[in-house]
Amino acid sequence: MSVLVNKDSKIIVQGFTGSEGTFHAEQMIEYGTNVVGGVTPGKGGQEHLGRPVFNTVEEAVEKVGADTTIIFVPPAFAADAIMEAASAGIKVIITITEGIPVADMVKASNYIKHMDCRLVGPNCPGVITPGEAKVGIMPGFVFKKGNVGIVSKSGTLTYEAADQVVRQGLGITTAIGIGGDPIIGTTTKEAVELLINDPETECVVMIGEIGGQLEADAAKWYKESGSKKPVVGFIAGETAPAGRTMGHAGAIVGGSDDTAQAKKKIMREHGIHVVDSPAEIGLKVKEVMG
Amino acid sequence: MNLHEYQGKEILASFGVRIQRGIVAHNSKEAVEAAKQLTAETGTGWHVIKAQVHAGGRGKGGGVKLAKNLKEVEEIAGNIIGMNLITPQTSAAGKKVHQVLVAEDVYYPGDSETNEFYMSVLLNRGTGRNMIMYSTEGGMDIEEVAESTPHLIFTEEIDPATGLLPFQARKIAFNLGLSGTAFKEMTKFVSALYKAYVESDSSMFEINPVLKTSDDKIMAVDAKVSIDDNALFRRKQYAEMRDLREENPIEVEARAVGLNYVDLDGNVGCMVNGAGLAMATMDLIKMAGGEPANFLDVGGTADAKRVEEAFRIILKDEGVKAILINIFGGIVRCDRVAQGVVDAYKNMGDAIKVPIIVRLQGTNAELAKEIIDNSGLAVHSAVQFQEAADKVKEVLS
Repeated sequence: MSVLVNKDSKIIVQGFTGSEGTFHAEQMIEYGTNVVGGVTPGKGGQEHLGRPVFNTVEEAVEKVGADTTIIFVPPAFAADAIMEAASAGIKVIITITEGIPVADMVKASNYIKHMDCRLVGPNCPGVITPGEAKVGIMPGFVFKKGNVGIVSKSGTLTYEAADQVVRQGLGITTAIGIGGDPIIGTTTKEAVELLINDPETECVVMIGEIGGQLEADAAKWYKESGSKKPVVGFIAGETAPAGRTMGHAGAIVGGSDDTAQAKKKIMREHGIHVVDSPAEIGLKVKEVMG
Repeated sequence: MNLHEYQGKEILASFGVRIQRGIVAHNSKEAVEAAKQLTAETGTGWHVIKAQVHAGGRGKGGGVKLAKNLKEVEEIAGNIIGMNLITPQTSAAGKKVHQVLVAEDVYYPGDSETNEFYMSVLLNRGTGRNMIMYSTEGGMDIEEVAESTPHLIFTEEIDPATGLLPFQARKIAFNLGLSGTAFKEMTKFVSALYKAYVESDSSMFEINPVLKTSDDKIMAVDAKVSIDDNALFRRKQYAEMRDLREENPIEVEARAVGLNYVDLDGNVGCMVNGAGLAMATMDLIKMAGGEPANFLDVGGTADAKRVEEAFRIILKDEGVKAILINIFGGIVRCDRVAQGVVDAYKNMGDAIKVPIIVRLQGTNAELAKEIIDNSGLAVHSAVQFQEAADKVKEVLS
């Protein structure tokens, strides 16, 4: 088992013929991901990377049965792409685009709220289920198959964590990059919940950073769930100054409750195995899994 | 992107929000002219001279003063312009004041008492919607109000599909204890304020105080406005308001070459790909006994040119005693990055005088280590994250 994406996912790429879309779609196909086509308005009817190009997502759903999308559309048009995918009935919408205006995301997240779909991102590395589907921009070879789920706000830090886990002789069920923006579709809690409920996942790594309440919400949910599956946590940004945005638009300390220290405290209080050093994530996973 | 008070007020006024009027002056002579003009336009007798810097608590630092005649306008403006204003929100060195806002006096006596409120518009990250936060306790530090009297802070969340509804504006005016003319004025004020927030693509409005004047007008006496950086591409008129003098010069330079850099006070510089890994690297530096001198995300393409630019930016900070490069190569191959580091190092001649630790992990990491180790340069290499931390400890001791 796995969550969100697997070998049967029928994946389309929005922003298919652009340079980013092309590059990463090629990598995804090379990995063995089931990419069934792509969307670039105005280029419908063409073929790109041996896959059909459609003008609209609706058409892609009709003609090739797409149920999952990955969005590389530029920031100014990305929120529209999310709403188009949701409206066409796509179930999993993974948005890589960084730099979408907040006002656009307020609109898009409100629009899709009561629809039967799940948004992952934006400003995220995507989702990978090793050996089945890479729907993202991560280096596939780092993620070996196994029983550890990963949830993270960051790209390279996810690769780092996966690499550490693999070096301990373990592997990954699914790694979910949830993104570093102030408004994201799938929260830390929702991603952790998906993995805890996945029968194959035996341990979850939860990587957060300063800003917002997502990690605290996830920690509270975890304790209430009564789950016996161990969760290993790390929060980046202990040394970040208050009031400054650290790269990710959402990574900013706003008050006393969204610092790294405060988050780690609440995570520990709710039974999460928190490491202070980012170099010890893999070791801790090995330790808690026995 | 943060704006000055006068710029924030300009934006508010352009959407019909009533503001305390004022004119910007760069020296005491201009201040006197501004005061005269303001008196002619508004009838104000007294003037408030307000330092224009990007920092809160200006009044506490002596950056906001009342002038009762033109001679005082000249004196006070002369004193404030050029001073290093120290407030609870600036560093100990303070911020240099380049300009003042000469504003009308709006606390004039009249039929009713004046009253100050607090109002801000911001994103509720938990719900993904904007909200108006307001309080009867205006003119004070809102964090203190939240601490001591949290029941006096109200919030009103706005459905993006409908925008602010009339009943919500009325509720706000009622909760602020208003009636009659002031009530109607407040509903207009709130509606215009929310419209301004949405249509300017702002990420934060803080109006403290919102004033009810003695003749029942509602106006913004101060304005703290931040525009969403991601939306500046479609708000060019606001992008032009950026005042680079208010920003850290090294950060300005870094942005110009497309590097995401935040200046910090420590002794170990770092160069990392990815924001999360960059923060984690800063944390690791601290655990190794150092203090991070910066946050720097070099992004996906860490080639020689980019590495060289990053080196130059980091080395502008004289407190840097060592540099840690931490790259997790995924699609970017580590051997390419290693070659980039070696080339950049060579190009820079003897500009680099501090030890460099390079940790490359991911695609072709071992090959990358070989390139570094065989380069003949005084560069320490590492593959594991912990090794990098140990090397930092080693070079600092």
